Amino acid sequence: MAPLDELYPRDREWQPPALTPDYKTSLSRSPAYPLLSLQNSVSETTGPVFGHDMLGPLDNDLLHNYAAPGESAIGQRIIVHGRVLDENGRPLPGTLVEFWQANAGGRYRHRKDTYLAPIDPNFGGCGRAITDAEGRYHFRTVKPAPYPWRNWVNNWRPAHIHFSIFGHAFAQRLITQMYFEGDPLIWACPIVKSIPDERAIEQLIAPLDMNATVPLDTMAYKFDIVLRGTRSTLFENRLEGN
Amino acid sequence: MQPLDYLKETASQTAGPYVHIGLAPAAAGFDIFDKNFGPNPATPEAEGEQITVEGVVRDGTGAPIKDVLIEVWQADATGAYAQGATGPFTGWGRIVSDFETGEWAFDTIKPGPAKGRGGHGLMAPHISFWIVARGINLGLNTRMYFEDEGAANDADPVLNLIEQEHRRATLIAQRSERGGKPIYRFDIRVQGDGETVFFDI
Repeated sequence: MAPLDELYPRDREWQPPALTPDYKTSLSRSPAYPLLSLQNSVSETTGPVFGHDMLGPLDNDLLHNYAAPGESAIGQRIIVHGRVLDENGRPLPGTLVEFWQANAGGRYRHRKDTYLAPIDPNFGGCGRAITDAEGRYHFRTVKPAPYPWRNWVNNWRPAHIHFSIFGHAFAQRLITQMYFEGDPLIWACPIVKSIPDERAIEQLIAPLDMNATVPLDTMAYKFDIVLRGTRSTLFENRLEGN
Repeated sequence: MQPLDYLKETASQTAGPYVHIGLAPAAAGFDIFDKNFGPNPATPEAEGEQITVEGVVRDGTGAPIKDVLIEVWQADATGAYAQGATGPFTGWGRIVSDFETGEWAFDTIKPGPAKGRGGHGLMAPHISFWIVARGINLGLNTRMYFEDEGAANDADPVLNLIEQEHRRATLIAQRSERGGKPIYRFDIRVQGDGETVFFDI
């Protein structure tokens, strides 16, 4: 069994609290009692690992992974790339990154989405990748559009891409959203503002990355993701039998 | 003073109502990947007692959360975690509730007792849960224990941390049988009467 690599405790002043009344749905979906703090056991420091055999060749190409032969999704073509790191700045290789998004009109391919913007027949809106030895991932897609949602009478989500990341421990599991540089809707969004610290919000905004664009072809945004770091114990009073 | 140069963990954002598109596209209503993740941590070929786990996640008003997504992680029948395993037992599953009723279920084997923190003693058999949905800003972590493991549950270091003893029962699944197969019922209450104990892990 792998050694117990304890994780840095999650910074609860950095992460959004469960109850954020301006995001109305959180009112009935937030525990009223405090979370019980646990130190890590092997149940938290291990987690699933996925191999490349899970992935198909187009899984990270949203322009084409749901398109008819010879067709492509409609919208502004972008590359999204970055690294998955831990809090120590170390890359996390071999970790599964999944992403999903609305199309270039702001419509999701989901049986529950009824927004009047049209479905793009050539766009599914999801993909996945496994990070390389340096923790890098990349995918190609169209830039999603903002869309309205039922919260206050007139709320619009900033353009965003959802991310799901595993890391190597069940306690590192994270879901988040990536926003785009320059979008004025970011700072008006009750979901974004569930995060109390503006620096943590800035960390969710991907800058335009001209170096990664393909001239005459595709724009690019860079989005690094940080998962909880592993503690290196310098001194420890070892318990008997450990 | 020198600055500490640690990075900060990326902030969480809700999985939203359309989490299924990315994580379970069949539930969203379409087929895109050749290989998809399923709900079951073990196949019928895995060693151990075959069981079904089922339940509903309810909100503070008592209504089922019909768009919930759950991931589970568990030890095998000997109490070992199979990190990276690809055989009949992986220990991991991703479960989507029924959009009409909120009911969810998965098939697995009953885990064995895993070593406790620091390799000390044994934890009672349990399955770790991670729960995300619209309105949940940061995934909720809890554990499911087994009703028929009374002595092990009484000695479990995590259950014993719960100060209000009656709240320990919120983590213990009730056993019954259906068609000769053991069923464990594990209803989760995010808020309100009988609120499930959630952990900061």
